[in-house]
Formats: sequence, C-alpha cells, structure tokens
Amino acid sequence: MDIFIQQLINGLVLGSIYALVALGYTMVYGILELINFAHGEVTMMGAMVALAVIGALMGVAPDLPGIVIVLGGVLVAVPVCMLLGFGIERLAYRPLRNAPRLAPLITAIGLSIVLQNVAMLIWGRQYIAFPPLLPQDSHALFGAHVSTLQLFIVALSIVVMLGLWFTVQKTRLGRAMRATAQSREVAALMGVNVNGVIAATFVIGSALAALAGVMVSAYYGLAHYYMGFLLGLKAFSAAVLGGIGNIAGAMLGGLLLGVIEALGAGYIGDLTGGFLGSNYQDVFAFFILILVLVFRPSGLLGERVASRA
Amino acid sequence: MALLEVDRVGKQFGGLAALDDVSLSVRQGEIYGLIGPNGAGKTTLFNCMTGLYSVSAGAVRLEGRAVHNRPPHEVVRHGFARTFQNIRLFANMSALENVMVGRHVCSRASVLGAVLRGARTRAEEAAIRQRAQELLHFVGLERKGRALAGHLAYGEQRRLEIARALATEPKLLALDEPVAGMNPSERRQMAEFFLKLRDSGVTLLLIEHDVKLVMGVCDRVAVLDYGKKIAEGAPDAVQRDPAVIAAYLGGEV
Amino acid sequence: MLDFLRARPRLALILVAVLLAALPFLVGAGLGKSWVRVLDFALLYVMLALGLNIVVGYAGLLDLGYVAFYALGAYLYAWLASPHFGLHLPFWAVLPLGALLAGVFGVLLGAPTLRLRGDYLAIVTLGFGEIIRIFMNNLDAPINITNGPQGMNLIDPIAFGGFALSKTHKFFGFAVSNAHLYYYLFLAFVLVVMFVALRLQDSRIGRAWAAIREDEVAASAMGINTRNVKLLAFAMGATFGGLAGGLFAAFQGFISPESFGLMESIMILCMIVLGGMGHIPGVILGAVLLTVLPEALRYVGDWQRAMLGHVAVDPADLRMLLFGCALILMMLFRPEGLWPSRQRKRELHAADEVAEHESASVYDVRG
Repeated sequence: MDIFIQQLINGLVLGSIYALVALGYTMVYGILELINFAHGEVTMMGAMVALAVIGALMGVAPDLPGIVIVLGGVLVAVPVCMLLGFGIERLAYRPLRNAPRLAPLITAIGLSIVLQNVAMLIWGRQYIAFPPLLPQDSHALFGAHVSTLQLFIVALSIVVMLGLWFTVQKTRLGRAMRATAQSREVAALMGVNVNGVIAATFVIGSALAALAGVMVSAYYGLAHYYMGFLLGLKAFSAAVLGGIGNIAGAMLGGLLLGVIEALGAGYIGDLTGGFLGSNYQDVFAFFILILVLVFRPSGLLGERVASRA
Repeated sequence: MALLEVDRVGKQFGGLAALDDVSLSVRQGEIYGLIGPNGAGKTTLFNCMTGLYSVSAGAVRLEGRAVHNRPPHEVVRHGFARTFQNIRLFANMSALENVMVGRHVCSRASVLGAVLRGARTRAEEAAIRQRAQELLHFVGLERKGRALAGHLAYGEQRRLEIARALATEPKLLALDEPVAGMNPSERRQMAEFFLKLRDSGVTLLLIEHDVKLVMGVCDRVAVLDYGKKIAEGAPDAVQRDPAVIAAYLGGEV
Repeated sequence: MLDFLRARPRLALILVAVLLAALPFLVGAGLGKSWVRVLDFALLYVMLALGLNIVVGYAGLLDLGYVAFYALGAYLYAWLASPHFGLHLPFWAVLPLGALLAGVFGVLLGAPTLRLRGDYLAIVTLGFGEIIRIFMNNLDAPINITNGPQGMNLIDPIAFGGFALSKTHKFFGFAVSNAHLYYYLFLAFVLVVMFVALRLQDSRIGRAWAAIREDEVAASAMGINTRNVKLLAFAMGATFGGLAGGLFAAFQGFISPESFGLMESIMILCMIVLGGMGHIPGVILGAVLLTVLPEALRYVGDWQRAMLGHVAVDPADLRMLLFGCALILMMLFRPEGLWPSRQRKRELHAADEVAEHESASVYDVRG
C-alpha cells in the first residue's frame, strides 16, 4: 500500500506537468486541427533558456536566494518561449493555413527537428544539471514522502490552470478563442480578429510550456536537448485522452496519464511476472493513445473541434 | 414490385429528430421525386439510405434486401448509387478516370492481377476503359475524357458525376439536387436527360427544389417537412395538397 | 540532349542500363570503396522510400513509424540466420518470411487505426514505431530475444551456395568486392519493387488509392471498400519495408535498435516529400539525395579542418538541422517536391486553381 500512495503522489506531480503541456496542444488543435509537433521542443527551450539564465545569474550574483535565481530563469524563459511560439505560428503555420493537411504536419515535424538541433548546437549533447537551488526537503504524508518541490509544482500548476480556465471562460479573449475554435469563418464574420486569436493561442500555450519545462528540469534535476520529444508525445496523448480541443479534458488527461504511468511503472514488474520492467514506462503513453483513439476517439470528456462536414 | 422500400425510418442527432417515421417506396422504372423546404431532411434521408448515416429506427430495403446501417460501398454493390448535393468529384483526376473509378465494383483485379497484368486483367482494364468512354458519351462528355474533372464547367461536372455513378451499374440512382445552379435551358436539357436515363433502365430518385422540373419529370413525388412525410402521390395531386402548400408558404395546416 | 533521348526511349533505356551496371566500378575507382557502400545504402533507402510511397504517396496515409517494419524484417533475419538462436536458414527462406512478418504487423496495426483522421494516424503510427524500438531495446531479459541495446551481430551474409556476397571474388581477373556484389543484388530488388509500384499505380487498385486520397467519402460512395483498400496499401508498404530490413541485416551483418528510431522514419518520409510524393522518379531522387548528401557533408568537416585548423561545427550535427530546415522550406515553397508528377503539382496548388476556376465560372458554385 505504501508504494501505491507514493506512486499516486508522483503521478499527480508528473501529471500536472503533462497537463500544462497538454493544454498547449489541445488549444492549438481545437482552433487549427493541427498537431503542433514543435510544442514539445518549446517546452525544452523553456528549460534550456531558464537553465542558461540560472547559470549566468549564479555566476554573476551567487548570493541571491535560490528561489530568486530560479525565478529569474523563469522570467526570461517564459517571454522567450512566447516569442518562439509566436514566430512558429507566424512563419511556419500561417502561410499553410489552407494547404492540404499533410503540409503543416510535415512543417511541424521539420520545426521540431530544427529546434532540437539548434538546442543541441547551442548547449551541446550532454545532460545539463539543474542546480540544487530549490528546497530539497520532504514531508511524510499517508505513509509516503512528498517533497516541497512536488507540492510547489502541483500548487503552481493548479493556479496556472485556474488562471487559464478563467481567461477562456470569462474574458473577451477567451470568448473569441472559443468562437474561433467552433468556426473560424463565422468568428471572423462576427468581427473576431482570427489571426490575433490564433497568435494568442500559440503564445499562451508556449508560456505554459516554458513553465512546464522549468518544472520538469527542476523536478528531474536535469535538462537535455532531446527531452521535449517524449514529453511532447506524452502530453499530446494526455490531451487526446481527455478529449482534444477540450481544456478541462487536457487537465484531466494530463493528471490521469501521469498517475497511470507512475502506477504502471511501479506495478508492472508484479503484473507481468518480472517479464516487463519499469524501463517500459514510456510505452504506456503510446498504448493509452492507441487504445483511446481506437475505442473512444473523442476522449473522456469529449472533443471540441469544429466539425467540418 | 417496390425496388426501394423506406420503412418507418427515423434519424436522431442527439435530441433532434431529423427524420421521423418516414416511409415511402419507389417502384422499378419510375422517376420518384423527393421535395420539401430546406432543412426538411431530404439529404439526411439520402444519407441514411446510402449508408453515410446510420438509422436510429426503421429499415431501408433494396429489392427486399436490407441496406440500412451498411457501409456505403456495400450499398453500392447492391445496386444503389448516388450523386452529391455539392459535387464531389475527384478533381485532380481526368473525367475518364473519374468514371473508371466508378467501375471499381464491377471489376475484380487484385494486387496480383495488377502486377502481373495477365490476359484477364488486361481484358478487364480495356473493358473498364471502354465502358467509361461509353458512359461519357451517354452524358455528352465524350470529348472531355482527358480534361481534369476540376476544370470542367459546372453543368459538365454535374453530368460527369452522374456518369461516374452510372458506372457502378446501379438499379437505383439517387440524385441530390442535380440541377442546382443551372439556368432554365440547362434544366430543360437535364430533364430530357433524366427521361433518357430512365428509359435506359435505371430507376431514379430525385431531390429537387425546382417544382417545374419535378412536376414535368417525376411519376410520383413525396414531400418532407421537419423530418416527416406530409404527402405522397402524383405530382399534380401533391401540388394541390394544402399541407404541402402550407409547408412551403408557411401558415396553419 | 534530353530531347534527343526522349525521342529514342530504347536508346535511353540502354544507356541507363549500362550506366547502372558500371556505376559501382566508376564510383569505386573515382571515390573509393566506402562510397560504393554508400551506393548500396542508397539502394536500400530507395526500396524503403518506394515502399512508404505506396502508403503516403498513393493512398495518402501518413505513417510516421514506417521504420518499425524495417526493424521487424531485420530482426527476423537476425533470428533465423545468425548464431543467436543457432539457426542458419538460407536467405531465400528468411527474406520472404521477414517481409511476411512485417506485412502481418502492418495489417495488425492498420486494421484498427486506418479509419483515424490524418494527424491522429500519424501519431499512432509514430507511437507504434517507438513501441517496437523500445521492445527491441529491452527484450534481453528475462529471455534474451533481441540482445537489447547491444544489438545482434555475426548475421549470415547472403550466399548462393558457397558463393557468399560478403567476400571479394574474382571475375575474369577483376576483383569484385562485397560492396559491388551487394550493389547488384540490391539493384535487382529495387527494380522489382519499382516494377511492382509502377504496375500498381496504373491499375484498378491504384485508381482506388488516388480516389481515396482525393475524397474518401466520395470514393466509398462509388463502391470502394476504403478500409480494405487502405489496409492493402499499408500492408504492401510494410512488406517492402520488411524485405529491405532483411537485406539490411544480411548486408551489414549487425543490427541494433539505434538504426530503427523515429529519425529514420522521418528521414524516409523526407525522401518522399523532398523528392516528389507519389512520383516514382521523384522518390528515387529523394532517396538517393538524402543518402548521398549527408555523406558528402562529412567533407565539410575536412574542409573546416583545412580552413580553420579544427572542426567548428561537426557535420553530423548539421545534418539533421539541415533536414529540418529543408522540410520546412519545401512545404512552404514547393510542397510537391523536387520532381513531382503533374497531377500532384496540381493537387497541392489547388487553392490557386480554385480561385482561378471560380472567377471563370459564371454560376454560383453551390455548397
């Protein structure tokens, strides 16, 4: 039972991070019906940029409290990623808005490759360590351990998700986003600046991704130019699990996927009589994706994509 | 003997009943019209009959065989073909190739046949090509075989779509608003064409808004309104039915 | 010159045949034996690209996990013709089995997933490719099936009786190396695959694939069983992938999960996209270019060393970056590829054509 609670906690933490990244995928898919393959790489860029800034700050002002240094990293990483997201949309996706679906998909793959390799050229192939600036202590909870960092990640994720929920449901921009997701043409006819809304969607998603990137690298203690690929794939699976285009779905899907993955990794040895080990952990997300798409393609909470007849 | 039997068909979209207890039958060799105001459910009924939609209730039978809730290609195999309201040609294939695609159900060459191209496959290909050419001739497009379907004029595209559907050797051909967007002279030509089609042995089921065309060409007509059939019979009888007039012009029934 | 050749197709064909036959010797003499091996790999990739072309180019299905079929063919060859299990079946038995295994997996994967929307299918196939790779990487315990990340080596080369292709042989006083021998073997297979692909394109099935690509709803309304026809494309592509995998295992003598990652799938897709999707000459061009250019890139490293004294940017790092850029630029400016078929060019510039057509037509196009 101990391992269950522990894995549950780990899963929720992982899941919150997945949820933040999944939101970016789901919002873009809801409006453009496009899988933004480059989104995982934006997350990675958030982590790398933040770490670069953190490294610089530590060199320049080593006496600053750890949390301030990390905050500095975040405050630079988020705008950089927002700009990156904006650029991606404007330069690579907007010209292909009316092209057959294969073209933007391939462009997205190309972007993903470019971003990965740019990161590799800038920061090298090795793993970059996240300095131990954040509190490392942990507390006991129901027989398991929860670290302060874990609590922090979950808390911050919840706050951010609530903020997004509020924006989408209650503000003018949010209304415009929902309208555009329903029908681009009609929204435009109603006076919505569709290009602006799409740009805003990418920018918001990228900001969330940057945050998630910093969290992931803080949580695992390292960052790497290839980290975005798997994370992005899993986050997309989470978005599909919850219902693509559905914001609440992305949040739920993310949390659920994190929990399933953590529990699975914990119990898979027992379940398969030792044949499969936790090194198969990554396979879970793919299996779930395939299962969901085959048996319940609209996801748990239902998809929200404009149906084009 | 009824070629097509629509037996108390209902179709629900969530809480909305697009079709409610619709029954009609189409006899062999007739031209049957389906009319009604916009949104009455005509295309929905078409889609239910041809397998694009599943029915929520009731049955559709072609020559006694149930064709409702079957995939579209199976419906075609049983002899029921259709055209689309907003033309769905294979725009980047030539007119001839479009019609040749229609011959798919009447041909059998498999992968092995395609690769080996033995005598039987070659004969089949030649037959496909020839029949497609004949059908183009039948609809008056014999000289446009190599033109891209997307480049044809509107009226030609309509006729090409019919040729393509005819290539499946249907017993029953359902035409969804085949003269939409045409001028009166073109409509007259199409009306004559429908008669020629009927005389060649194909039973026709027509959705149309053009009352004059329907009255001139159809043997019998059914009227849908809000998903229900409100009248059926010979065109002039239906034309005078007060329920039909009310449906089109509004007002109490 | 080109017109001269076009007017005499027989002569052109003979010239091409002579060139192809002499090519490995020309390359070997001019650039060295390592480049003959590059040629061999180029032929392998041509096979793979032609196989994927059936899936993506003909039927319009985006498969991002194609390399899984390559892996299956390769690993089956290693299982049946190496010391690992002590089996040493002859190549003429193992190659078809590999192709068959891959084809079966193609059907297994395709049956539940081919009805998905384009992008979903892409992700699912990507996931499948990764799943296969992860399994290949981890099935070394508790039973050692694949030898894990170390891979399997000492795979039997292709041999006709005592005549093994992995050794250098003498013909009329000339030494013909293994790279040369494999070249001719691969060329033979490529010609077969090309032949099959060409025949398929211009057949009832090929038309059905084109119809599905254009408008799946209309295709099914014309009697095409879209599910089965799509499955056929998928299975055929998988079969060719498995065949190429077996040849790869025999040729290289060694395989490991590293050769079968996502980047490989994307590379093969790249070859088709850059070369000219759906168009066999274009696909071949793409495959050759993308095998040869990265090798040529190595010279950039030498050039840097000569110019700057050291290697500032490792050409291997540049390789994928350039690929990514090439993909983006191609999609933005020439989505039909370098050597497209006329039809594909039309399909991808349809937006411009529709505008032209609509302004030319007098009537409102309904719907």
